[in-house]
This record gives sequence, C-alpha cells and structure tokens, in this order.
Amino acid sequence: MTDFAVECDNIVRTFRVGEVRALDGVSLRVPKGQVFGLLGPNGSGKTTMVRILSTILKPNSGTAKVMGFDVVKDAESVRKTIGMAGQYATVDENLTGFENIVMIGRLTHLTKKVARRRANELLEQFGLTDAGNRSVKTYSGGMRRRLDLGASLVSQPPLLFLDEPTTGLDPQSRQDLWGVIEQLIEGGTTVLLTTQYLEEADRLASQLVVLDHGKIIAEGTPPELKAQLGTTVLALTFESLEDAQKGGDIVKSLSDKPIHTEGSTVELTVDSGPATAAEAIRRIDAATIKLKGLALREPSLDDVFLSLTGHTTEVGDVNLAASTSQVSKG
Amino acid sequence: MTTENYVSELRWTLSDIATIARRNILTLVRIPTSLVFAIIQPIMFVLLFRYVFSGSINIPAGTYVNYLIPGILVQTTIFGAVGTAIGLAEDLQRGLIERFRALPMARSAVLAGRTISDVLRNIMIVVVITGVGFAVGFRPHGGFFPYIEACLLMLLFAYCLSWGFAFIGLAAPNSETAQAMTFPLIFPLTFASSIFVAINNMPGWLQVFARNQPVSQAANAVRALMLGYPVGNSVWVTLLWAAGALILLAPLATRRYRQAA
Repeated sequence: MTDFAVECDNIVRTFRVGEVRALDGVSLRVPKGQVFGLLGPNGSGKTTMVRILSTILKPNSGTAKVMGFDVVKDAESVRKTIGMAGQYATVDENLTGFENIVMIGRLTHLTKKVARRRANELLEQFGLTDAGNRSVKTYSGGMRRRLDLGASLVSQPPLLFLDEPTTGLDPQSRQDLWGVIEQLIEGGTTVLLTTQYLEEADRLASQLVVLDHGKIIAEGTPPELKAQLGTTVLALTFESLEDAQKGGDIVKSLSDKPIHTEGSTVELTVDSGPATAAEAIRRIDAATIKLKGLALREPSLDDVFLSLTGHTTEVGDVNLAASTSQVSKG
Repeated sequence: MTTENYVSELRWTLSDIATIARRNILTLVRIPTSLVFAIIQPIMFVLLFRYVFSGSINIPAGTYVNYLIPGILVQTTIFGAVGTAIGLAEDLQRGLIERFRALPMARSAVLAGRTISDVLRNIMIVVVITGVGFAVGFRPHGGFFPYIEACLLMLLFAYCLSWGFAFIGLAAPNSETAQAMTFPLIFPLTFASSIFVAINNMPGWLQVFARNQPVSQAANAVRALMLGYPVGNSVWVTLLWAAGALILLAPLATRRYRQAA
C-alpha cells in the first residue's frame, strides 16, 4: 500500500481540441493524513485537476492514482474512496438538508438505515439540525456549503476533495467553514483543497503547490514559500498616485525582486527591513516627495504569488482588496 | 465476476434508479406550480379544441370529442418529454450531475431514474385528462381493457421517445435552451399528425409525412383501441417505432451523459 493519497505524473488536459491547455504536465504527491493545498487564480487548472482526480474528466495523457487506484482504469474504486464538495455547492435546492444527505448516502450504497443515521449525525456536526427538515432553497450560502460538505462526508471517505470551499462566501461564513474544516482535519481525513485565497491556504494547508496556467510554479510548506521571498515587506504609502510612481522609481533599486504598486502604495520585499526603510526615507526625502505612511510586515502568500507570477491571485477580488488596504494602513 | 456480485450490482443499480426517480418526484411535488401547469396546459388544449375549433374540423366518422381526447392524451404524454429535457438540463447546469458522476452509483441511474419519474408524471396526467375528457363528453366504446392497453401503449411510446429528449437536455447549455430546442421537433410531430385533425384535409405533400410519422401511428392505435375501431397494423407499427427509438436514442443519450460535464 502506498503512503500517498494522490500520486499523479505529467497530467495533461486540454479543452476545445487543444486550444486551451488547462493542465500542462502536472505531477503531484499528496501524503496521507494532511491537508494539501492547490493554490492558484481562476483558470489556473485547479478545478480541472480535481475533476480528473475524482474521475469526472479523463486526462489526455499522464497517470493519476487516488488511494492506489488508477483514475481511468479503476474509476469505480476511486469513486468509492473519495468525497467531493464543490465550489458551486451542488446540493438539490428542492430537497431538505436531510433528504440531500440521505440521497448522496444511498447513491454511495449505504443502507437506508445507515444513510439516515449519518444524515442526522452530519446535520448536527455542521450545525444544521434545526434546518434539516427545511428545503435547501431557504438556506444561506454558508449553510449550503456546510450541507455540501456534510453530504460529501456521508460515507466517511478517507480522502476529501474540497474545490474552493469558501469562494463567494461572506467573511463570517468563511471563518465558520474554516473552523469546520479544521475539525475534519483533526479527525485524520486527507484533504485536497483548492483555493484562490492565499489566506485560506495559509490557514488550512500544511503543504502547497502553486498552479498558474496549468503548471506548478512553486511547491512547499507555506513558511517555505514565504522564505523564497525576502524576509520583510516594506510598504510605502504616498499622498498621490503620481508621487507613488515617482517614489517607486526611486526605491526600486533597493530590492532585487519586482516591486508592486497598489493604488498609492508601493511594496518591496527586502532582506533587511529597518535599514532599507531608512534608506528609502532618505531617498524619498531627497526627491521632496511626501510620504503618508510606512509599514514593515512579514510577507503573505499574496506576496509569494505576486513574485512568482507577476500578477495577483485575482484582480478586483474584494477580499484581496480588503487585505491590501489593511496592509497600507498598518 | 461471480453471480453473487452480479446480483448485488443489479440490486444497487435498481436502488440507484429508485433513489434518483424518488428525488425527481419529490422535486415535482415540491414545486406545485410546475405540476399545476403541466396539468393545466393539456386541459387548455382539450377546451380549445373541444369548444373553439371543433366546429371547423372535419373528421371521417363519429363525434369530434371522441376523436380528440385519444389524440390529446398522446400529445400530452409526448409533451411530457420536454420535462425530461428541462430536468436534465437543470441538473447539469446546477452541477448535480457532476456530483453524481463522482459517486460510485450506476452510470445508467441518472437517465433511467429521470425517464421513469417522467413516466409516473405522465400516468398522473393521463388520469386527469381522461377525467376532463369524460366531463366534456368523451365516450369511448372500446371497453375498459383496451382503454388500459391504449394508455400503456402511449406511455411506452412516450417513454422511448423521451430518451431523445434526454439527449437534448444533456446537449443544451441551459434549461431555457433545452426547452426551446424541443419545440422544432415536437410541434411538427404532434401537429402535423392525426392527433387533432384528419390527415386527408392536409395538402398532399404534408399528407405523406403526416401519415407515416410515428406520432400519427401512435394516435391511430390509441384512438382505435379506445373507441373500439379495428386497429389494423397501427399497434405493431407503434411498438416498432418505440423499440427503434429506444434502441437508437438510449445509447445516444447514455453516451452523451458520459461525456457531459
């Protein structure tokens, strides 16, 4: 028996007759008993990867094994060992929460009695007991995700795919769901998590690969990925966009990594924070530009992604924008 | 594989089909408006043709209401297949089918469960329309058992045809398109047929199509059985069409299901 929950080599998958290479030679080893994160922006190939591993799609080339079973040759065995909760919260709106879980349980070939017992247990575990007999139509987004997650666990699968579990949720529901997922992890379930939220990967995953345009561009633990950058991020906020541009040009040479400008804030990743900050202030002062704020902080995974790909995880994303604005204030 | 394994697999396949069919029926019951409209539409057809058009339609023999109701029953059961297309398109659109495809359930269960639950819905509509028919003067003289035979025949015919609509539902990008895609198929089949009018009154070129197409055969067979006329070959021809449709369309829909994502 293998120690890996997922082993895949050189997976290639194209769409529209080769026009789009959704996965371009991806190899993965997901160890059992941990949360493995696939991190990447929209269109990076995360969901395609999960769909291949869950036997919904076939790869064009390459091999993939899930719990030791080949996803193409032994798809039936793979389906018996996995649970899947998707970003679209694929629960049936017209059924109640209870009926949804029982249905998935029956279709995973649990007996009626066991399916019902599991449904009650899971509704309780996910705080849905009171809503269990209500039509899913009346559920909030967060409740649907919890139900979706519950349904995917009905047969107690050793491996769970979580495809962007919190995409589109409000911050509170996201925090709640993270708590729920953390409980699962403590129970020893292996989880393959895809996310475009770096904060989510940082919080939940112990091992990460970063995908961009169907290729793995980095892998490691979240601290390792952060260490690939300098140790500190220096954020300089200027009074105007124009000043930010001028200031950026002046301080650019202080870092050997690309600088990042967001509004009137310029960010550099550097090795020696205080010394670089002092030098930056001297240069900006000499150029008679006014500095509105200055902050030193540890690099986040946002910074990792930016330095690896040259673009942020998702342009215009509310949460990213929110975290960036906090940074410039701090 | 051992015999025991086959038996167990068959048992789970039937269980999967029942689970999906049950879920579809629950959905139908939970949205009463869709059920009400599924019944109101054929009632409107009955009233429209019985009272508005009947005076202008010439049929060869007997009263028009007796000619009409067997036809409307056939039309209604075929229209039921539009629901098959819409239902599958919706499941696909919502990602439910994707979820089903990652489960260790029988591959055939989603389509079989869907088409079977649609037969159950059709049975209910046939009962209601028979009642409405009697209320507006329908008096079949063929006897009880031929009437049941006629109902079984049209339900079977519609069932086999519904696999083609299942294919449409899986091929359509969304449920609205699925519905729109069924119309160019269903209108010529039901209106250029012997369902509402005698084919003899149509232009010559249309008669060729209308006389030979499967829905006319089904309507003729059902009408003959219900009214106690000689059925001729119509029952056999209808059964052949049904078998042909099933043999051709079921694999087509199943193949599409395997590919659909």
